[in-house]
Amino acid sequence: MFETAVFCVFGAILLFAGLRVITARNPVHAALFLVLAFFTASAIWMLLRAEFLAIALIVVYVGAVMVLFLFVVMMLDINVERLRAGFWKNLPLAVAVGGILVAEMTAILAGRYFGAMPSTEPAGYSNTRALGGILYTQYAYPFEIAAVVLLVAIIAAIALTLRQRKDSRRQDPGEQVRVRKSDRLRIVPMKAESHDPSRAADNAPEGANK
Amino acid sequence: MTDWLLSAAQGTFGQVWGPVVYQTVLNLVLIVAIIVPLMLGVAYLTLWERKLIGWMQIRIGPNRVGPGGLLQPVADGLKLFLKEIILPAKANKGLYVLAPVMALMPALAAWAVIPFAPDVVLADVNAGLLYLLALTSLGVYGVIIAGWASNSKYAFLGAMRSAAQMVSYELAMGFALVVVLMVSGSLNLSDIVEGQGKGRFAAMGWTLLSWNWLPLLPMLVVYFISGVAETNRAPFDVVEGESEIVAGHMIEYSGMSFALFFLAEYMNMWLIAALTVLMFFGGWQAPVAVAPFTWLPPIGWLLIKMFFVVSLFLWIRATFPRYRYDQIMRLGWKIFIPVTLVWIVVVGVWMQTPWSIW
Repeated sequence: MFETAVFCVFGAILLFAGLRVITARNPVHAALFLVLAFFTASAIWMLLRAEFLAIALIVVYVGAVMVLFLFVVMMLDINVERLRAGFWKNLPLAVAVGGILVAEMTAILAGRYFGAMPSTEPAGYSNTRALGGILYTQYAYPFEIAAVVLLVAIIAAIALTLRQRKDSRRQDPGEQVRVRKSDRLRIVPMKAESHDPSRAADNAPEGANK
Repeated sequence: MTDWLLSAAQGTFGQVWGPVVYQTVLNLVLIVAIIVPLMLGVAYLTLWERKLIGWMQIRIGPNRVGPGGLLQPVADGLKLFLKEIILPAKANKGLYVLAPVMALMPALAAWAVIPFAPDVVLADVNAGLLYLLALTSLGVYGVIIAGWASNSKYAFLGAMRSAAQMVSYELAMGFALVVVLMVSGSLNLSDIVEGQGKGRFAAMGWTLLSWNWLPLLPMLVVYFISGVAETNRAPFDVVEGESEIVAGHMIEYSGMSFALFFLAEYMNMWLIAALTVLMFFGGWQAPVAVAPFTWLPPIGWLLIKMFFVVSLFLWIRATFPRYRYDQIMRLGWKIFIPVTLVWIVVVGVWMQTPWSIW
């Protein structure tokens, strides 16, 4: 009973946040509502006792992806009028895509909800351990392949942006660290200067004795 | 005592709501029991910071308010309470008010899973370490929302710097914790501490040498330095950068809204100190299991170790000049992350050999 009530509250917040993501005029607000949506989704997963997935969602999406997303959105100077120009033209397509999404999700979720619910776990059951057990034994090869694909994508992304401009002036920290005193400082042997007070007055800058 | 309270609650609120009320009230009391000492700790950390850095720089530090300056934090708090909270023109009102809350919330919520002594923990959850990783990654929102919402270029520059810096160092920190997780085989913080009390040296009474700091020394260094960077403390405090961007994300804040950022920063320092102690210095365990050392209660050892680590933060601040921004990024991405990745492999191989000590 209590869990159902909590689920309803979270579900309402999630729907509200999701709606605000697409209706908010300010893109920064939209991004922050997306953060709220992720957070609420993670709370609902927590309610289903999938704590590893719930926390992973927060660590990955809320903690890293959305921060960088906000980082970019905040720096944009977005003209709201121009963004809304094609709204009515694109609406039919958007509604069609949204409708298909809803139908697909209903098909998947309804099947699980009306079927048998998973029984309660035995004592000492660790979600993380169970997930790791399946991921690294039964699905070890697909998992490794996914990892390699991601690695290739990372390297490709870096390689695409890595172009050396000839006219750029940049510092090489390694070189800076390797600098020794002898590279920068030259000790010149000089004779000691005399400490005659009458001559020291001559050397004083103008206006000092006024 | 607790049974009696439970039955009293059942008598007053009925069979169904009695246990619910009892649990809620009990948890609230426990939360207050953690928050109040924590707030005091934060208040006196500001004084200790000024005193310690004062002594290091051959000054006296605050000594006017109260005996030896002991009431200085109270005076500071009072002053901040009485100041007006100014809302900058064209600031985004809702987010401007939300930002300090977003900074403080994760710093407070993280304490729920910190074990202070055996079985003395508010929420003994299995995924405690993950929960901490998630919450510490939320701290950056307070800073970037503050920077954007205050409609000021200095605040915004500070927010940009912090977003990049905190996300980068989170990775190194996370990987360092993965190594700890590998050797303890648990995400539960109490289990991680208990695991450090076992081993050849611990059996001989030298618990000190069984703690994670010795076999995982490079991870300790990476974790602690990343912790300093994550809390935006000197020498990584380019986010505030008084000399370049005046005070970064909190420049437009005044009075208590400014104080909340300050509270969050110092609370995060205590949190990183607590985590360093729990992960690497055996938590509440006494360093040597012989008579005079075991007299102190476990929580006493935890607090002593935390105090030492927090003082290390201040010592670093008093010693090193501020990093240049590109050097901060280089340290995080090109040194710490490769070091942690290599050490994950090293420890993984080590654990499979007959010489494994875990």
